[in-house]
Amino acid sequence: MSLAEKILQGDIRAAARLMRDVDDGFSSALPELKTLYPHTGNAYILGITGPPGAGKSTLTDQITASFRQSGRRVGIVAVDPTSPFTGGAILGDRIRMNRHADDEGVFIRSLATRGALGGISRSTGEVVNIMDAMGMDVVIIETVGVGQDEIDIVRMAHTTAVVMVPGLGDDIQAIKAGILEIADVFVVNKADRDGADRTARDLSMMIEMGNRKEGEWLPKVMKTEACRGTGIEELMAEFEAHRGFLSASGIMQRFTEEKNRAVFSEMLKERLFNSVNGRILENGELKRIVAGMGTRSVDPYSAVEEVLDRYLLDAGSESA
Amino acid sequence: MAERKLRILVGKPGLDGHDRGAKVVARAFRDAGLEVIYTGLHQTPEQIVSAAIQEDVDCIGLSILSGAHNTLLPRVCDLLKEKKADDIAVFCGGVIPEDDIPGLKKAGLKEVFTPGTSTEDIVAWVKTNIGC
Repeated sequence: MSLAEKILQGDIRAAARLMRDVDDGFSSALPELKTLYPHTGNAYILGITGPPGAGKSTLTDQITASFRQSGRRVGIVAVDPTSPFTGGAILGDRIRMNRHADDEGVFIRSLATRGALGGISRSTGEVVNIMDAMGMDVVIIETVGVGQDEIDIVRMAHTTAVVMVPGLGDDIQAIKAGILEIADVFVVNKADRDGADRTARDLSMMIEMGNRKEGEWLPKVMKTEACRGTGIEELMAEFEAHRGFLSASGIMQRFTEEKNRAVFSEMLKERLFNSVNGRILENGELKRIVAGMGTRSVDPYSAVEEVLDRYLLDAGSESA
Repeated sequence: MAERKLRILVGKPGLDGHDRGAKVVARAFRDAGLEVIYTGLHQTPEQIVSAAIQEDVDCIGLSILSGAHNTLLPRVCDLLKEKKADDIAVFCGGVIPEDDIPGLKKAGLKEVFTPGTSTEDIVAWVKTNIGC
């Protein structure tokens, strides 16, 4: 029986192994993913992002507990950074979620970024799909601790929560572009700390300043103390409200279309690149181009054009 | 062809609260290029085995200083067998009397590291003995 068939029958080990095959870039994963694809698209995907130490894992733990109370099965993808020097990683998000470890309705997978810069790993989309095919009602993606510009999560999650904490900056930080623009819900965690009201106020002001069109979603600022479970009920209600808004407004459909288009282009880009790059690497052409650029006898603009002219027509026929 | 990345779970079963050793070892594995799933303190054997399966690790390294090693560690090995996951190797480190080591190995522990072992030796052992 193939991994995919086993997964569809509820085999946890098969799912864990396929996730690893995907993460390690094994081409053997492709046929399995093909088999699983028709069984995906049912899970509600929730993104949790924010700076390191904001309480994303603890919040994820509380949110998971709440979903479990209402009987929903939860998959969690928790991303932590890979060392740029050794390639190693400490994946420590599970520590905050240990009480769910032996609950069969929860599946937690830790992933390392492995060089990806957008706050999640390259494999995240596929791992989410596998959890979706496993029959998880909700998949929570917890990004690596992010700063200002790591916003890949927004294309992946139906609802994105940006978790902030008091004391990270003033109201000027709050009007900067990037991560603060992607929130469907703002969470000011550690709300018992000094300055929490100020942080919430700065965020609210930033939201009010925005030029929102009629019928657009207006993010709210929610205050929580994740380690005590304070504010979780209200937060869950806000997630539910956003989910309802997405379906009622027709935005869900648009989101799915855009996401599918992005997934396809991304995959096409990667396969095309690997196919062409693989060949010029193998036949030494890449080396000649780079050497030529060094002496300025070759310019990269013409070199790319020449390579594309030569290989692009039949690039698709070779699998990467 | 893509390469397998070695994944290891490091955790502390039972009730002792001393996790410095586990952290030092986890850090050494990280520096050796492994992906380390660190599950922290106060783990039950059930939690450890369930996490190891979900994370598809190649091995489990357990740190134990409480004296409960003869109870908790064989239980981890038994649970792995029960779940048909005993291809995941288990080793441990901690304050473990010489006399207990043969029994632990018989129960399924692949190696037992006692105080004074260098992190280099532990990393080298994993790299030699744990394939993926």
